[in-house]
Amino acid sequence: MRATQLLQYLLAGIATGSVYAVVAIGFTVVYNATGIINFAQGEFLMLGGMIAISLAPVMPLPAAIAVAVLATGAAGVLLQIVFLSWLKNPAVLRMIIITIGLSILVREAGLHIWDEKVHALPFFSGDETSSLAVLGARISPQVLWVLVISACMVVGLTLFFRSTLLGKAMRACASNPTAARLCGIRASTVVTLSFFLAAAMGALAGCAVSPLTQTQYDMGSSLAVKGFTCAVLGGLGSVPAAVAAGLVVGVLETASVSVLPLAYKDVVALGILLLILVLKPQGLFARRPVAQARAGG
Amino acid sequence: MYLRRYFPVFCLLFLVILVQLGLAALKLEFYMTQLTMSAYYTLVALGLTLLMGYAGQVSMGHGGFFAIGGYAAAVLATVGFASWVSLPAAILITGLVALLIGIPVLRLRGHYLAMATLAFGIIVLRILLGTNLFGGADGLSDIPAFRLFAGLAITGRKALRVQNYYIAWGLVLVGLLTGINLVHSRVGRALRAIHGNEDAAAAMGVDVARFKLATFVLSALYAGVGGACLAFFNGGIGPGEAGVMKSVRYVALVAAGGMGSLWGTLAVSTALTFLSLRGAFGVYDDAVFGAILVGIMLFAPEGVFSLLARRNRPGNAQ
Amino acid sequence: MSRNKLVLCLALATLLTASSFAADTGAIRIGAIFAITGPAANLGLPESRTLQMLVDDANAAGGIGGKKIELFMKDSQGNAEKALSFAKQLVEEQEVLAIIGPSTTGESMKIKSYCDENETILISCAAAETIVNPVAKWVFKTPQMDSFAAQMIFTTMKKLGITRIGAVVSNSGFGQGGKAQLEKLAPANGIDLAITEVYESTATDLTGVLTKIKAENVQAVVNWSVEPAQSLVPKNMKQMGFEVPLFQSHGFGNINYVTMAGKAADGIVFPAGRLLVADALPAGHPQKQLLSAYKKEYETMFKEDVSTFGGHAYDAFLLLTEAVKRAGSADRGKVRDALEGLKGVAGTAGIFSFSPTDHNGLTMDAFEMLTVKNGAFALYRK
Repeated sequence: MRATQLLQYLLAGIATGSVYAVVAIGFTVVYNATGIINFAQGEFLMLGGMIAISLAPVMPLPAAIAVAVLATGAAGVLLQIVFLSWLKNPAVLRMIIITIGLSILVREAGLHIWDEKVHALPFFSGDETSSLAVLGARISPQVLWVLVISACMVVGLTLFFRSTLLGKAMRACASNPTAARLCGIRASTVVTLSFFLAAAMGALAGCAVSPLTQTQYDMGSSLAVKGFTCAVLGGLGSVPAAVAAGLVVGVLETASVSVLPLAYKDVVALGILLLILVLKPQGLFARRPVAQARAGG
Repeated sequence: MYLRRYFPVFCLLFLVILVQLGLAALKLEFYMTQLTMSAYYTLVALGLTLLMGYAGQVSMGHGGFFAIGGYAAAVLATVGFASWVSLPAAILITGLVALLIGIPVLRLRGHYLAMATLAFGIIVLRILLGTNLFGGADGLSDIPAFRLFAGLAITGRKALRVQNYYIAWGLVLVGLLTGINLVHSRVGRALRAIHGNEDAAAAMGVDVARFKLATFVLSALYAGVGGACLAFFNGGIGPGEAGVMKSVRYVALVAAGGMGSLWGTLAVSTALTFLSLRGAFGVYDDAVFGAILVGIMLFAPEGVFSLLARRNRPGNAQ
Repeated sequence: MSRNKLVLCLALATLLTASSFAADTGAIRIGAIFAITGPAANLGLPESRTLQMLVDDANAAGGIGGKKIELFMKDSQGNAEKALSFAKQLVEEQEVLAIIGPSTTGESMKIKSYCDENETILISCAAAETIVNPVAKWVFKTPQMDSFAAQMIFTTMKKLGITRIGAVVSNSGFGQGGKAQLEKLAPANGIDLAITEVYESTATDLTGVLTKIKAENVQAVVNWSVEPAQSLVPKNMKQMGFEVPLFQSHGFGNINYVTMAGKAADGIVFPAGRLLVADALPAGHPQKQLLSAYKKEYETMFKEDVSTFGGHAYDAFLLLTEAVKRAGSADRGKVRDALEGLKGVAGTAGIFSFSPTDHNGLTMDAFEMLTVKNGAFALYRK
């Protein structure tokens, strides 16, 4: 394989991988704060994209995206408050089923509010035919936008967790909910905030990626599975690990095209998931078995 | 004691016969098609009840086993094997796959198990879609009928409608009997112990891994039988049977029936599948099942019948 | 528990008895199975809308031969087993004269033998050749043959001097059928089909597979699918600097795909029925009036552009009503014979002429090579 071809695969893989990474981050953030795997995570990307697309004709693009992000964040909060907040110590199975049911409802709502057609946001810079040369390979400028936005989200989130009071409160809740409550941190605030963050980030990623992958009402479910794969690979504990896992899976998946029949591309990501789950459920990068302790409950 | 245990089964048999006679009398025999199809889908749900309700293991990929059973039977029958070879072979293949998958996967719990089984279901779907032998996206059609004896056959032909109805519901009754016997046996008690607390059960000497695997394989066999028979009845099968939505539906049906209740699952599954196959939910078909999942888990985690029971006992806390 | 079971039994019994009896009101009963929601909704929704619109129009004008039409429309969501269940329902309960649809090949194949055995006319809106080949007495289809589409593409390529191509197809029945035709007809046309790749119909990025194709030094790319990925291929190609002509299949016949692909769509060449360029047709063209009328009515009613998919349902209904008129009755056998004997009926996809060995009724003339200019469909002239 020539170097430019390899580079082309790499860039395409990184673009796809950064979307998976954002979905994985969403899973991780919610899981850390609440112990819940929110299977509806993928739908936030769909919502963000669709809302922005509906608003784009009537306001400048950045404004449409900002509104979409906030609206989806609000939707995430609404979901959490209406459906999840009043359950007391629910069984894991119950939570899994509820969030899967919620993802179906959000998807069907998307179908009936918008339509079954595929839509897309305008490209942030340039248009459908713009092409940048990067060391011999060519990509759309939108790919850079996706990478930059994802990177900003990761950096922003890490800073938030490390430096702000609220972020530290969330980390405290994740590592020991009882102790956190004793320190005066209200668990319900943390939970709601985590849903807002996960939904808002998902929406932003959904907008960034919309010009490239197009937005359709049913795009959420396969993204959720892939994103969860990356979250598990990253150990469900840390955000940077989820990102790294996302990029790895994205690149592996895209590069697999050169050796496997394309029809089995999805099997690559899923095969990786099964292998990891069976061999090393704590993930490739995890240092402490936070996930393992939670999974037993 | 035995009479009390099996009395409901006799009631069901009686009901099955009554319905058929009633439909014949009212000239509404065409309902038997959907009732027969519902029976096969209900078989899957029954197996899943044993797994989820009694052994407490979630499986989001049971559509995969249904599809394996159906496709195996379809391929073998189309290639030319006699149907009395195809059907058992298909069921055997399903069991083997379940065994192979179950050994590594059942070590997982909670979310991880859910995801692993989900991944399994999707992998089956992708393989079916991507392989020409399985007809790709179009699936397989024109599967010859499954000939039993004395002119009896599992087929969609109108003339044999009544026989097929009884075959399907006969299989459901067998499945129920097996399930009931399992539940009331030593194995059933072991399963309930595992469901309550795996570690405690292990401490009491229950071979947790073996029982979980056995239940998993059994539930997969139920699904495989349903899939193979439906493939013969419909004369075809499509890759959609392995889809995520199908697998999720089975879980919804089991949850709505009360997780660990064979009868609850039977009732809910028959009713909802029948309605869905008749198009009663129109364009909201998927949304209905999603709403059921959410609604049941939020308001009636013990199943929809617990709502009725609760009204009987007003003093009962939730 | 037995009390609850009793409740359920009563409920079920009520459900069963509250059935829809096939009351004989003298109406002509037509069934329709479309994928109105689900993954094939971009096919089934325009089809269902078109059919409903036509049936309402016909009934407003007094029906066919004085008899009103009763339409039973079912949403199969693209599911084969649902399609079969509905087919059985329509045939056995509602005792329909004919079934229009389904939208996809997989579903059509599942109900083909059933409809044939039970002597109900089936006019499918799905594309694959296997639906009418081998010919089943009662089964017809309205979309054009994909072999014709492939041939039209190859003919155009020969005129442009293209000899080495690559193809990407989706893993749906439509895509797989196209792949088979491309592979079959390429050698006879002197075209070297250097590489064919099958992609997942829900794919969101095809740069990887296009990179693989680019490495084969092809002079043109053919994309054969009926899903939104049709817009991804032109975009990805431009973005990765893959500047060769792109040909699409007749599944590209929806302006939404052109809009989605934006500037990248300019220059795409594909075969399609004349519905998309109705306004550009000369005044005397046998299809012009019908196409313009359909386009106007559909776009006014549903506020969206017509697509060739909706046209397949249009043709099915048109041909059925023609057959009923000529048969002079709603007897299944007579209508079927009349249908098989139709010659020279102008529809949206082309001019239909059936025969006992041809249940599709279209020739290669049904196709016109189209291209995209400035975001709109235009006739392709070279």
